[in-house]
Amino acid sequence: MSTWPSESQKQRQPTATSEARLHELRSQAERKGRVEHVGVHPEGAPFPRASVETGYYGIPLLKQPPWTWEIPLYFAVGGAAGAAAVIAALADWIADDDKLAQDARWIAVGGAALSSVLLISDLGRPKRFLGMLRVFKLQSPMSVGAWTLTAFGSAAGAATFAKLLRSRYDWLPIRIVGEISQGMAALLGLPLHNYTGVLIGASAVPVWNKNVKTLPVHFGMSGLQAGVSVLELMGNENAALNWLGILASAFESWEGFNIESDSNRVLTPLKRGRSGFLTRAGGVLSGPTPLLLRLAAVFSKNSDSLRKLAACCGIAGSVLTRYAWMSAGRASTKDWRLPLEVEDKRPQEKPLPARMVEAVREPRRA
Amino acid sequence: MSTFIHAMNAPTENPDIHSSHTTGFFTDSTLCIGCKACEVACKEWNDVPEDGLNLSGYSYDNTGSLSFSTWRHVKFVEGEIKPGDGGNSGNHLSWEFSSDVCKHCEVAGCLEACPTGALVRTEFGSVFLQPDVCNGCGYCTVNCPFGVVQRNEDDGRAFKCTFCTDRQKVGLEPACATACPTKSIMFGNLEELREHAQSRLSDLHGKGMKDAQIYDPKDTSVKGLHAFFLVRGDPRMYNLPPKPEVPIVYQKDAWRSAVIGSGAFLLAALIAFTGSRHSSRSQRKVSARRSRA
Repeated sequence: MSTWPSESQKQRQPTATSEARLHELRSQAERKGRVEHVGVHPEGAPFPRASVETGYYGIPLLKQPPWTWEIPLYFAVGGAAGAAAVIAALADWIADDDKLAQDARWIAVGGAALSSVLLISDLGRPKRFLGMLRVFKLQSPMSVGAWTLTAFGSAAGAATFAKLLRSRYDWLPIRIVGEISQGMAALLGLPLHNYTGVLIGASAVPVWNKNVKTLPVHFGMSGLQAGVSVLELMGNENAALNWLGILASAFESWEGFNIESDSNRVLTPLKRGRSGFLTRAGGVLSGPTPLLLRLAAVFSKNSDSLRKLAACCGIAGSVLTRYAWMSAGRASTKDWRLPLEVEDKRPQEKPLPARMVEAVREPRRA
Repeated sequence: MSTFIHAMNAPTENPDIHSSHTTGFFTDSTLCIGCKACEVACKEWNDVPEDGLNLSGYSYDNTGSLSFSTWRHVKFVEGEIKPGDGGNSGNHLSWEFSSDVCKHCEVAGCLEACPTGALVRTEFGSVFLQPDVCNGCGYCTVNCPFGVVQRNEDDGRAFKCTFCTDRQKVGLEPACATACPTKSIMFGNLEELREHAQSRLSDLHGKGMKDAQIYDPKDTSVKGLHAFFLVRGDPRMYNLPPKPEVPIVYQKDAWRSAVIGSGAFLLAALIAFTGSRHSSRSQRKVSARRSRA
C-alpha cells in the first residue's frame, strides 16, 4: 500500500506538462461533458479481465506438488539402494568380488532405512507410513512403490544379516536364507531403482507426464550412477563399476541432449529459471562430465583418481537432477496456460543479436 | 504380464454402485448471482477453516481457486463486451458467476492414485476422502486434472469436497445446493440432471444466448463429471481445461519404460561382471605366475 503524500509528491513543482494536463482535462470536460480518463489508479489497476487469452485471471488450475525436500532426496537414495542390491547379487554370484558385494549390500540396506526415514519425515509421523501398507493398489505407483520399498528393505536386511551370521556359523539354512533374500533384494531393487520415474511421470503435472516415456529410465540410470559412485568412493575398483557408470552417464547425456533439443513449450521449466538452472547443472554433472572422466579412466594409468572424481560428480548430479525435476514440476503447475491449452504469446527465447542473425542468414565468405 | 499391465491401467470398478442411485450437481452459471451463499453454507456445515481475508483484484473473487479450505468457490468472470449474445446490454462488461466444486469424476485421478484407499467411491457415485484413513502422502494433489484436492500443510492430510455424503445419507441435499437462492446449484439424480441440462441449454439457445454450453468432458479419459456446469463463453475463462486426462492413461508408457530400463541395467550388469571375472582371473593368474617366478 502506498502512503500519501509520497516522496515524489512532496517535492512536486508545477511544470509546463502538469499545467497542460490540467488544461486538457478542463477542455475535455467542456467538450464531452465528462472526462474519459480515470482520476485514481487503484493498486493493481487496470484490473485484469478473464478471457480465452488470459484464462481465469491467470490463476493456475493445477495444484503444486506438495512434497518437501525429503522426497527428491529419497528418489536419489532409494534409486541408489535399488541399484546397489542388483550389483551386490551379481558381484557375489558372478564376479566373486566379496568386498564389492558386501559394500553394495550395506548400501542397499542403509539406503532402504534412510529412505523410510525420509518418507516418514515428509508424512509427519511414523504411523502414517503404515497407512501405505493398508491396501495394495496396482493402479497407484505410490502404493506399488511403498510395498516395493518395504519388501526390498526386509530382503536386503535379511541378506546382510545372513552374511554377517555366516562369517561365524556357516550353516546350510543360513546360507539358503541368505542367497534367497539376496536374490529377492536384487529382484525388488530393479523396480525400486526406477519406479519413482513412473510415480511422477504418470501424474497431471504437464512437464512430468510429457516425459513419461523416458523418466523411469532416466531416474533408474541416475540411481545406478549414484549407487556405482558410492561404491567407488568406498574403495571398490572393479572395472564393471566403471562400465556401468559409463552406461548411466551416457544415457544421462542422451537424455539431456533430448531435453535441450526439444523446443516444446511444456519443457520450458527444464530450461529456464531456477528449475532450468538445476536441470542443466544436474545434467552436466551426471551426463558428459562423468562420461568423459570414466572413458579417460579406461585408458589412463591414473584411473583410480579419475573414477573417484567422476563418482563425486555423479552423486552430486543424481541428487541435483531429482531436485531439478521437482522444481520443474512446481514451475509447470504454475503455468496456467498448459492445462487450458492457451497459446503462449510471450517471447520464448531471447532474440538473437542482429549481427548473429545476419551471420546465420549470410555465411561470411572466405 | 499383459493382464498385469491391464490391471494397472484399468480404472477401479465399482460393481456395487447402481447408476440409478448416482447423484450429481448441475451448476447453472446463468442463474448464479454471485452471492457466495454456497461457500458460506459449505464452510458452516462442514466446519471448514477460513482461508484468509485478502483482496485479489480479480473482480469479486478473493479466494481464487478451490483448496483444502475452499470446497465451493464462486468464480467471477469479468469479460469483454460481447454485443449480440443476448443478456448483455452491449455497452457493459459481461459478468458471469459460476460456483465451482470438486467434479467427482466418473474416472477420478485422485481415487486411482491414492495408495491408502482413503479416497473411495460412495454409494452415491461421488468421490469421498476419508480423513481418518488419509496419511498425507500428497499424491492425489498431483493426480487431479482439475487441481481440486490439496494438502493442508498444518494438518498434513489432504481435503476436498465430501459431496455432503453425511447429509445425503439422511436424505438431505448438500449444504451448498440447499442454500442456493436461485437454484443455480441443482442437486439430484445424475441422469435426470443431465436431461434437464440439455433442455435448459436448448431453452437458452432459443432465447438467443448462443454462447451457452455444457461443460462435461465425456470424450476424455475422465469419462464425464458428476458435478457438471453450464457456462457462457469458452470454458477456459472459468479455468475449466478443454482436455482433462486421468493420469492412469500415462501408466502404460511409464511402466514399459521402467521395464526397459531395468532390463538394460540387468543385461549391462551381467555383461560387465562376467567380463570383470575373466579379467580378475587373468590378473590373478598373472600375479600367481609372477610370485612363482
